[in-house]
Amino acid sequence: MALAETSVQRARDVDLSRAPRIGAVFGIAVIFISAIGMVGTFATRSMIGSAFSLSRVLLALLAFTAGYVATQPPPQLEGYRVAEPSPRLVGVGSIAGAIAGAMLGLFAILVDSISIRDIFVEFTPELVGILTFEQGTGLGFLLLLLLGSALGAAGGAVRLMSARIRRALFAAIGWTLGLALLQILFTQIFNSLQLDFLTRLLYRGASGGLSVTSAPAVAVALFLIAYAGQGRVKKAVTGFRGLQGEAQRKATVAGMAVLLIILGALPHVLGNFLSSAMDIAGTFLLMALGLNIVIGFAGLLDLGYVAFFAVGAYTTSVLTSTSGPAFSPELTFWTALPFVMMAAALAGLLVGTPVLRMRGDYLAIVTLGFGEIARLITLSDWQASTLGGAQGIANVPPIPVGPWNLVEAQEFFYIIFGFVLLFAYITYALQASRMGRAWNAMREDQAVAEAMGVNIVAAKLWAFVLGAIMASLGGAMFAHRVGTVFPHSFNIIVSITVVVIVIVGGMGSVPGVIVGALVLVGLPELLREFEEFRFLLYGVVLIFMMLKRPEGFIPSRRRQREIHEDEVAQDAWLRAETERQREEEAAGSTGPERT
Amino acid sequence: MAILEIKGLRKNFGGVRAIDDLDIAVKEGEIVSVIGPNGAGKTSFFNMITGMIRPDEGQVLLEVGDGADRGQIDIVGLTPSDVLRYGIARTFQNVRLFQQMTIRENVMVARHARTSSGILSAILRTRMFRREEEETRTRAEEALAFFGSRLIGYRLDQLAISLSYANRRRLEMARAMASDPKVLLLDEPTAGMNPRETAELTELIGKMRSERGLTVVLIEHDMKVVKGVSDRVIVLDYGRKIAEGSYEDVATNPHVIEAYLGTKATA
Repeated sequence: MALAETSVQRARDVDLSRAPRIGAVFGIAVIFISAIGMVGTFATRSMIGSAFSLSRVLLALLAFTAGYVATQPPPQLEGYRVAEPSPRLVGVGSIAGAIAGAMLGLFAILVDSISIRDIFVEFTPELVGILTFEQGTGLGFLLLLLLGSALGAAGGAVRLMSARIRRALFAAIGWTLGLALLQILFTQIFNSLQLDFLTRLLYRGASGGLSVTSAPAVAVALFLIAYAGQGRVKKAVTGFRGLQGEAQRKATVAGMAVLLIILGALPHVLGNFLSSAMDIAGTFLLMALGLNIVIGFAGLLDLGYVAFFAVGAYTTSVLTSTSGPAFSPELTFWTALPFVMMAAALAGLLVGTPVLRMRGDYLAIVTLGFGEIARLITLSDWQASTLGGAQGIANVPPIPVGPWNLVEAQEFFYIIFGFVLLFAYITYALQASRMGRAWNAMREDQAVAEAMGVNIVAAKLWAFVLGAIMASLGGAMFAHRVGTVFPHSFNIIVSITVVVIVIVGGMGSVPGVIVGALVLVGLPELLREFEEFRFLLYGVVLIFMMLKRPEGFIPSRRRQREIHEDEVAQDAWLRAETERQREEEAAGSTGPERT
Repeated sequence: MAILEIKGLRKNFGGVRAIDDLDIAVKEGEIVSVIGPNGAGKTSFFNMITGMIRPDEGQVLLEVGDGADRGQIDIVGLTPSDVLRYGIARTFQNVRLFQQMTIRENVMVARHARTSSGILSAILRTRMFRREEEETRTRAEEALAFFGSRLIGYRLDQLAISLSYANRRRLEMARAMASDPKVLLLDEPTAGMNPRETAELTELIGKMRSERGLTVVLIEHDMKVVKGVSDRVIVLDYGRKIAEGSYEDVATNPHVIEAYLGTKATA
């Protein structure tokens, strides 16, 4: 008992029971990604030289993270001394890493000895080979145990570093891996900027990743840059926020101009392949900006958003295709545009009206149904004469702009970019308007919004209609970019992707939605290895965000308001208030008593 | 003529009579308190006036128009937003603000029924839109300034959720007042306030009439407030009006004492 009492008095630097628990969790994680074939697929992709494949890097990263998470300091209670991290953390980290490594080793032995490939198709001898470094299961197990332990120890050791070194280290690791992973992106950018020497320096002699010689040099260089440059960005941001009136406006305009120039030059820097990835991300971004109004502003969880995407794509296809199934007026994109928007508005009313009285979960389920209905109608024989049934509609012409037709991905980028700018402006314009406030009020408390004079029917229908029009333009872009539309392009996955973009990016925030679309749609387009695991990635990102950062990557202004600023302002106010009260009381004691 | 007249109002929830044949008339410029034990039907009464609950029977007559056009309309069956448009605004017993909106925005929402700019004018930033937006802002800040320095200044851009309980109540009243109502319904305006704040608010309720020309109906449990502000007190019990009159009349009424304290045990 005496021992227990003294240990309570002393603040601990680590919770010892975490090591086995976290080790086991990460053990399960590494087994899981091996079992579903992720490790096998990623092994073909080199990251650093040919020795470090993507799967090795991923497994190593997980072992390192196990050590780091296991040594997380316990919450500090008030009145206790803040514990200094001790070298013990290295040991704790290494235990966690060793447990994860050992579990993976046992898994390899299991896969090697029992044949259950009939059920688990990924349990192949190749997988065992990858996991055991081709050294046989016995030695492989030992190697995994030792490597896990070493990496876990490294994860724990990071806790002993000063915050500044730690941040620089993480930045260096992150950027190095990013350079290796996005080799295709960086090569293209360096080459178009006439920086070929950088390409040669970084990637020469490597097939899809950094070369063995360049990787350590790059990591060290990045570490030094990150260490020296720390705090600069934050200082620049606070400096910008500190600017007043005219100066701030000038800075904003300058920033916007620079951004526009960069974005204007982007397709040429990125080349054809990367531009087409941007176009796909842009199409989703158009939809996400629309859904941002429906979910982020008005708080209406619409899970059938693909319906409006389909309406846009099919309307423009029917009106412009040179080989439409029924009637083909063969309009151009621009002359068809008003009809597309009208059709979308009508669809918005059609979906919005029956769900006027529904909220939350019920609304989500019913809209989910509407999304499926839209797909089934395009697939049906009933409408096959106009919509082409399963064959869809082919020969949707490119978008004409003046004398040019936008055929190339690089050219297409500009029109999508133009619409994104327009939608972003509309979002900002509506945010500070009568309807924007009505939507926000409705999201916060519908009954009270109505009691305060907001016409709920109009507010809801406008949200649906506006969201529908924005999604339909995304759909039209899609149709003209691809040139054909098929029913299977409009499945529920589209709806889910767009919802995930909005939630992960940050509800109600335009920059958040842009980042969300680039990360969740653009990145997987670049990393073909991830294609199979795209939804696993979405799931992981979504869970992580909900636990650690529910307000999204870049939260909207209102959600990120810093408590600190409020406190400072409140203190100033309190001081003035107490002063005022004191004066009042001094005056009150001589004058007649107030009641 | 009464500005607000309730005739034969009746409402059953399942088998429970929440409001039973209620007749109440409120004159223009009056301050009327509605009191009664818990569950007497006070809040249900407010909900029925504002259209949030539809009564089974009865009329709620509101005086509208000026001069020769003066007349009464029955507002039963109208939506809450229409009721607000006709000039009845309310606050809620369990303060219901738009928590993730700023204090200014909270009040600006209440101007919705008094403004008309649509989506297109907001996107095009028309002259009409900018004028209306400016006016909405000024009116909102005016309404907030009624409560002194507490809700203005740096507070205008803070989220409603950051306010103290008493300030939330004040914000809710400011929000209701910003809609330019004729009749203001306050549901327990001083709940959760300390004696000093309560005294101050009592004074402000008087000012709502003298400065803003409002007719005020309030539900209140604090008898000091009731005594301080009311021209007339109405006592409800089990959905019926059991007494009505000045505070002194009501306070000595045996029915009221019985409703609050129970019947004397007789041998």
